[in-house]
Amino acid sequence: MSDHSKSSPLPTYFAVFIALLAGTGLTVFAATLDLGAFNAPVALAIATVKATLVALFFMHVWHASERLTKLVVISALFFLLLLLGLTMTDYATRLWS
Amino acid sequence: MPDSTVVGLNHEEQDRPELLHHFSTAEQQRDASSLGMWVFLATEIMFFGGLFCAYLIYRRWYFGDFAAASKSISMPLGATNTAVLICSSLTVVLAVWAAQTARRTLLLVSLALTMLLGLTFLGIKGIEYKQKFDEHHVPGASFSFDHEEIPGHPGQYANQSHAEIFFALYFVMTGLHALHMIIGLGIFLWLFYMAWRGRFTPEYNTPIEIGGLYWHFVDIVWIYLFPLLYLIDRH
Repeated sequence: MSDHSKSSPLPTYFAVFIALLAGTGLTVFAATLDLGAFNAPVALAIATVKATLVALFFMHVWHASERLTKLVVISALFFLLLLLGLTMTDYATRLWS
Repeated sequence: MPDSTVVGLNHEEQDRPELLHHFSTAEQQRDASSLGMWVFLATEIMFFGGLFCAYLIYRRWYFGDFAAASKSISMPLGATNTAVLICSSLTVVLAVWAAQTARRTLLLVSLALTMLLGLTFLGIKGIEYKQKFDEHHVPGASFSFDHEEIPGHPGQYANQSHAEIFFALYFVMTGLHALHMIIGLGIFLWLFYMAWRGRFTPEYNTPIEIGGLYWHFVDIVWIYLFPLLYLIDRH
């Protein structure tokens, strides 16, 4: 961050804050609509955008000086997707047994 | 610095007592702490990931029962708590910024506000849990979820045991999240004490940055818990 401390990060922080509040409102609004099978994917997509904003700007992954930090974040997410993805493909394809 | 020439400390080391001797620069020390925290958060992602995985499997199997049970939780309380946590994440980044730019008052106020918002979150959570206890929606001997209609299927009632699985997941996931909040409050109380003693400077504020990473992570977990637990089939 030391390279980026010249300009104030405050406008970014407040913009992210407003976006997170708007995302919460949007999630609640989207839940009241009948989107059929898409209700859950829409809610999870909004949550993922919000989580990404928090990680990138509030947790400083975007400006992290250490590339190792980014590697740890990406591998953690990779293994989480492996856990969820492989489990769900197993359960989703069991009907024919 | 009378003895600095004797033991051959480098320039940065003699000016900065917080720089531990096994690091060559303050930046290296900060990056090492930050990396360690991220590795810990990676284990936390897997820890909560197992619960999310269990949730997804049962939600797929018992979707209607989960929707009926989800409808009984107060959505306004959950949405308010989401907003409260987002506000606390803002006060945390303000605290980190205040420490980096040597703004003592803003630092102390931000840390105090973070704790206040954290306590507000737990208070609202307590009201929500009280409602669930009053309605006998807590899994166990006195659990009851009788004659609750499945949303979109008039005249069809939710299976009680399946709804009980939803409430078990609800209490374990929000309970573990609340435990993380309580630990976070302890960390921030300690940070407040250290800040009060003037321990943090623009050169040394790693504990606030690291504590902030933990707080934001707990916020991210809630960002997923809110739509998954409170907003199943609400239309």
